[in-house]
Amino acid sequence: MLRYQNRRLTIFWFLGPAVISLLLVGIAPLVFAVYTSFHRYQLTNLRSTPFVGFKNYLFVLTDGVFWEAMGRTFTLLLMSLPIQIALGMGIALLLHKPGLGYLRTLTRLGLVIPMATTYAVVGLLGQVMFNIKYGVINQLIGFLGVSPINWLGDSTNAFAAVVFWDIWQWTPFCALVLLAGLTTVPGEVEEAAKLETKNWWKVLRHVQLPFLIPGLTALFILRTADTLKLFDMVFTMTRGGPGSATELISLLIQRVGFRAFDQGLASAQAIILLILTIVLSMLYIRFFYKEVAQ
Amino acid sequence: MNRRAIPLGDVALLLLIILFCVFPFYWMVTTSLKTQVVALSTPPVWAFEPTFSNYTTVLFDEKVGASLINSLIVAVCTTALALLLGTPAAFALARFEFRGKRDLWFWFITNRMVSPIVLALPFFLIVRSFKMLDTHIALILIYLTFNLPIVIWICTDQFRSIPKDLDEAAVLDGAGPLRVFWKICLPLAAPGVAVSAIFSFIFSWNELMFALVLTRNAAKTAPAMAVGFMEGYNLPYGKIMATSTLIVIPVVIFALIASKQLVRGLTMGAVK
Repeated sequence: MLRYQNRRLTIFWFLGPAVISLLLVGIAPLVFAVYTSFHRYQLTNLRSTPFVGFKNYLFVLTDGVFWEAMGRTFTLLLMSLPIQIALGMGIALLLHKPGLGYLRTLTRLGLVIPMATTYAVVGLLGQVMFNIKYGVINQLIGFLGVSPINWLGDSTNAFAAVVFWDIWQWTPFCALVLLAGLTTVPGEVEEAAKLETKNWWKVLRHVQLPFLIPGLTALFILRTADTLKLFDMVFTMTRGGPGSATELISLLIQRVGFRAFDQGLASAQAIILLILTIVLSMLYIRFFYKEVAQ
Repeated sequence: MNRRAIPLGDVALLLLIILFCVFPFYWMVTTSLKTQVVALSTPPVWAFEPTFSNYTTVLFDEKVGASLINSLIVAVCTTALALLLGTPAAFALARFEFRGKRDLWFWFITNRMVSPIVLALPFFLIVRSFKMLDTHIALILIYLTFNLPIVIWICTDQFRSIPKDLDEAAVLDGAGPLRVFWKICLPLAAPGVAVSAIFSFIFSWNELMFALVLTRNAAKTAPAMAVGFMEGYNLPYGKIMATSTLIVIPVVIFALIASKQLVRGLTMGAVK
């Protein structure tokens, strides 16, 4: 290791600015959110912001609207993640086959496009493509003999549209993560297994899967975190509607805080969401990394 | 395995995948070239005479041009700031030994997990009390919450991959840590720094929620502008898609350039 003089001071000069700025923009607001969550903090009446103790928290925890939004968020995760992983696995296995040449490169480039597309634009595209009258989706399913569907005006269908875009945008990510995992399988091991059996499922289950566990872990963690964060796409496509059919947790907090102007309540919701995120990440890490270690 | 014999089924599947990925993009671009009358025809039209009128309208009459410039200012400044603050921190994390290093690194990375809406509420109030609503600087600062971690994450790895012999030789020659960092390690880490800059730019450019909350007119970014078109009954499809195309094109180009590292950049916080 290097030996510098005044090591502590040196380390401070290198790390200090980053740490301090992240404390200021990342942690200070959180502290302030904790403060507002214990007060009545209406944007329309900031003159009087009395301390109300746990009142906001009690309200949130017993509030059906909050838990419904939470439920919708996890429903979205539970509906889209299995499909993303199944499709992603299929694409990864396909791309892993030898001898595809430039078609593989082309596919990999194609897969980049959904991931890079601005979330807000995906939502706007949703409005255009899923429109009942002018939308191309109804035209395409019309070719298959299906009569036009009222996508965005109907609760169930609007939620399906959100699931569809989530799958469109993040299946490529799953595919590429799993493909990276497949390439870590030692070539000799895989070839030996393939000589042994023609059954791809057996090869996947017994030979390739152990090498995919880190990638799958990453996908579980990241997709959970990203679904809890999901805002832009849903906001631009449905604004949480119709009614509250697609009001995910971050849309609910945004509505309470900035359209109902109740910052105290919204902060309490946000803090509960934050605690949940931390607990979930810790559970995931503990559970999965134990699996990996075995 | 015979290289020439690609099964036709596989080819068809791959083409289907490409089509699935690219079709919405294609539809966005073609819709942006349609007049309102063509865009609002039932059933949708596939062959039509393209027009650039939507682009000229949004760029010159609708302030989308100004909002793109705002997006550019914010994304470039926040990226530059993240690099300025993040690369020395990454260097320290890669090269120095000190107590709590792992915890510090972990703290930087776990910022990825926090939902931005949690920060948006209090940050809005703070910015408001400083009378900084609708300014570039507010967005530049809040975007650090996701840019700084990504820069630190990618650059720490990059610095670690540079052999230590080089620094040690320089130290023997009497170079101080700043000199080692600036003259030796940073130039060698250029690829990683560039990739982290691209990520930082893409994430900032794409961001909508903070922009929606923190800006009104003067500093409004392009995604927030595009959302503004969604009001009213008769949606100007062509204009919305023209704005969308202008937003997405630079991101897609950057993402294709960094496509090899894209997955790595997106897995931050879940891979060691």
